[in-house]
Amino acid sequence: MFAGYDFDVIQRSAGYLFRDGMTFTVTLTFLAMLGGIFFGTLLAMMRLSSFRPLAVLAGGYVNLMRSLPLVLVIFWFFFLVPYIGAWLIGAKEPVKVGSFLSCLITFTMFEAAYYCEIMRAGIQSVARGQVWAGYALGLDYWQTMGRIVLPQAFRNMLPVLLTQTIILFQDTSLVYVISATDFLGAASKVANRDYRLVEMYTFVAVVYFVISYGLSSLVKTLQERIAVIR
Amino acid sequence: MNYNWNWGILLSPEPGGTGTYLYYLIVGLGWTLATALAAWVIALAIGALAGTLRTTPYAWAVRLGNAYVEIFRNVPLIVQMFLWFFVVPELLPKGIGDWIKQMPPPWGSYVPAVLCLGIYTSVRIAEQVRSGINSLPRGQRMAGTALGLTLAQTYRHVILPQAFRIILPPLTSESMNIIKNSSVALTIGLLELTGRARAMQEFSFKVFEAFAAATVLYLLTNLAVVFAMRALERKVRVPGLIGAAAGVGGH
Repeated sequence: MFAGYDFDVIQRSAGYLFRDGMTFTVTLTFLAMLGGIFFGTLLAMMRLSSFRPLAVLAGGYVNLMRSLPLVLVIFWFFFLVPYIGAWLIGAKEPVKVGSFLSCLITFTMFEAAYYCEIMRAGIQSVARGQVWAGYALGLDYWQTMGRIVLPQAFRNMLPVLLTQTIILFQDTSLVYVISATDFLGAASKVANRDYRLVEMYTFVAVVYFVISYGLSSLVKTLQERIAVIR
Repeated sequence: MNYNWNWGILLSPEPGGTGTYLYYLIVGLGWTLATALAAWVIALAIGALAGTLRTTPYAWAVRLGNAYVEIFRNVPLIVQMFLWFFVVPELLPKGIGDWIKQMPPPWGSYVPAVLCLGIYTSVRIAEQVRSGINSLPRGQRMAGTALGLTLAQTYRHVILPQAFRIILPPLTSESMNIIKNSSVALTIGLLELTGRARAMQEFSFKVFEAFAAATVLYLLTNLAVVFAMRALERKVRVPGLIGAAAGVGGH
């Protein structure tokens, strides 16, 4: 099975794969996680708002994102972002946006919908008395949320948020469809140049497996530790 | 926004000569559903088996099921697509490999896409089945044993019928996921809905009309799935239960 295997191609291209490809993947994952959790939390607060239009707006956005395939959303944003950029700065022509920025906006906006649902469950898992206690102490909405409810919600949902981030890490490989050079994109460029598809794609699968499996084991350990404290 | 909308493009003929662009997209939706449906059958079969194995008292079966789940859960879908499409035919004996590579156009990518999507989704179903079985009171299993049923009979008549009805709501979201995930098959050349919207954008330069039409088709499909599964849920609801809560997160 491994008779005709050319391990050398992996060694030759490892520098390129990890320096260019993996850096893109990891940076994108990390920034999209931060942005996604930030906007996701805002969306969750909007969805739980007693002001109806706000709740409907956030709910509509989340449901729209959750019913579309990520590939389609990547295409949407890839073509839409230049127009939005032009509109924002008042330019006549669509502005040029690099593939990294386009991907970052896509994943932040897309994952925000998924993080929103997690944070909504997290906020709802906090006892109602906590909110009342906050208001009774004279705190306003933002103080109650920021200092009492959200810290508990984050803590309750930490394992789920991290698991979603591992999914995000795997999903970033879909930027292949707009020919961005993430880890998979870099590997596929080498694979097609040297005609070493079997070696490169198996290697990519192994690397993704090792990272995702390692991270999910860590999350599991974390979950157990949190469970003990509570 | 400086964009010249032209919705009429949907009714103008596509270059392939099969009909209008709208028809072209609807055929794409057909391929999306055909891929998702065939993969769903595989996913349910393997997922039920793997999920059940992980709850049996046999350590080897539990380990086998766990290994299966971990392997296919921790590799991105698109990478798995490439493995099925580019790598598997090379690793098989030459005759079979060549036969697979020479399959005529839609089937050459349809078959790997279905296998890939089926196995990818089976892992998630295995997780649902396992948690469904574990959510049953232990007494159910004991009662089966006390009645003199064998392990297989206990599963067949007592545990699985209840577990499957409990996990129906999460299965609804999985069946929507499988439809969405089938769009990844465009990377191995299957012209399903997203792939056709992309092709339409390249032929006609009407980016937003193409993607908007695809978006509407996806939304309608989702709506149909939700209604169908709700009806199914009502039909097979276990009397006396409040109903299982749907999971959060995931795609």
